[in-house]
Amino acid sequence: MKQVYSVPKSLQPRSTHYCPGCTHGIAHKLVAEAIDDLGVRDRAIGVAPVGCAVFAYDYFDCDFQQAAHGRAPAVATGIKRSVPDSVVFAYQGDGDLASIGAAEIVHAAMRGERITVIFVNNAIYGMTGGQMAPTTLVGQKATTAPFGRQKEHCGSPLRVSEMLATIPGAAYVARVALSSPGNVAKAKTAIRKGFETQLAGGGFSLVECLSTCPTNWGMGPYEAMRWLEENMIPYYPLGEFRTPEGGQNDA
Amino acid sequence: MAERKLFKGNEAVAEAAVRAGCRYFFGYPITPQNEIPEYMARRLPEVGGLFLQAESEVAAINMVYGAAGTGARVMTSSSSPGISLKQEGISYIAGAELPCLIVNMVRGGPGLGGIQPAQSDYFQAVKGGGHGDYYTIVYAPASIQEMVDLTMQAFDVAETYRMPVMILGDGVLGQMMEPVEFREPAPREVPPKDWATTGAKDGRAPRLINSIYLQPEALFKHNLKIAERFEQAKKNEVMCEKTKTDDADIVLVAYGTTARVCRSVMDRARAAGLKVGIIRPITVSPFPYNEIAEVARTARAFLTVEMSLGQMVEDVKVAVSGAAPVHFYGTTGGVIPTAADILERVEEIARAEVQK
Repeated sequence: MKQVYSVPKSLQPRSTHYCPGCTHGIAHKLVAEAIDDLGVRDRAIGVAPVGCAVFAYDYFDCDFQQAAHGRAPAVATGIKRSVPDSVVFAYQGDGDLASIGAAEIVHAAMRGERITVIFVNNAIYGMTGGQMAPTTLVGQKATTAPFGRQKEHCGSPLRVSEMLATIPGAAYVARVALSSPGNVAKAKTAIRKGFETQLAGGGFSLVECLSTCPTNWGMGPYEAMRWLEENMIPYYPLGEFRTPEGGQNDA
Repeated sequence: MAERKLFKGNEAVAEAAVRAGCRYFFGYPITPQNEIPEYMARRLPEVGGLFLQAESEVAAINMVYGAAGTGARVMTSSSSPGISLKQEGISYIAGAELPCLIVNMVRGGPGLGGIQPAQSDYFQAVKGGGHGDYYTIVYAPASIQEMVDLTMQAFDVAETYRMPVMILGDGVLGQMMEPVEFREPAPREVPPKDWATTGAKDGRAPRLINSIYLQPEALFKHNLKIAERFEQAKKNEVMCEKTKTDDADIVLVAYGTTARVCRSVMDRARAAGLKVGIIRPITVSPFPYNEIAEVARTARAFLTVEMSLGQMVEDVKVAVSGAAPVHFYGTTGGVIPTAADILERVEEIARAEVQK
């Protein structure tokens, strides 16, 4: 019988600790598939964040370092600079990357670090229990924004991909959504392009994955997917903001 | 005999690190240690190494974490406010059992403080520094030559015990010039880095650099493993210099720059007929408790001298353990104590404790 699907080799065959309906599992699979497809598992070194994906190293079948909150791009820099032929990826959530780690991600992009960052944006702090993130939408409720995020009080959400795309060292920046089979297929292509950019020595690459957090959004998995498409995508448009061939704001 | 060259302290510590095999430096500017990153920016490319100026001390120490996790010989340097920023990363490095070198050219604090020499980061340096149960190995050199010698062995020591090693200098040691020679340290057998994350090649199992253990029993066990290595360091690595302590009535305890001032205090006191000796801790962590306790069996009184308002004195009191009175003299904020002022204190103690 013809085999049409198998678990990526770069993933360990075990179930995850993620909540039902959470898209981390999809993101993990896409990263592992990219590593498999490019044949770089034995050169891959991942960097796990602080957040729900802190235990990402339990699921990937490659070397890993666990980083302090927000510091994954700095740790990845130390790895890549000392082992230049490694394929380094940091896997970060929106609290980790866009809040406490804002300086580290900006400067990794500025230096054109040859690393690939998978940025999981679910507009909320997951692991700590649903607090407001820099990416929480205006009006969206969080445990620390019980009346919904108010622009006058704490500003408008940060569009990380657009911001990073203004940085000359950022070679590939794309935003995808893990909300439907079609979008997941596009996400797979983007993540692979991110790794290809690193392998070609092109510079910094980041793929922002719009993701769900049914538990902390207080929704079922299906409802969460719909909420993502109806609320997040209008504010966080999908697409490639910068490509090695020359995207927008090319310096 | 190796050639003796005139070196500024900051540049000497950098050159010694390079000769000890350091190939990666991640840092951020802060006075009075800027010559270290500046020297490394020139020097490391010559030996196939890499210097990178980070966006902050926080990023720099996390770059150190990443590089150390690949098994590289890596260091950073800073001064007091910058070391405070690095403490998060130092805690993670300790938790992840990674070797590295950290140089702290201490300046006066708290806060932004000043840029003149101080020893007011002693507590931070020797009591762990960051959060959690851990210690680091901390050297407190008193001359440029000694700083070079200690740096030359620092990576071997860090790799042996899989923990950060700190050189605790100060603005004087960083800025002054002395003749030095770069001498090979005694060879050590350093354990293989069978934990380094360099890519899971040739079918080996993936490796993990990590400091999170959510199960209390697992973290307990992990912390005990780290503590056991420090216990070994206590047995093997304590360094301390005793000068004329055999017949001393009054023993000065001082480290680093302050110990240099105490040497002239001792000479002047001896010339005046006072039996004064010096104990100079070279490792301030692990601390030479036993060596001080031994001297406490014969000494009549101790005087701890520091460029702080009294930090190491607490460890001296623990070591002396009530066997003799432990006095303190300190200056703070970047003021260096004068031999005359310390001598005055020695004479007071002599009148009260020795000649009574």
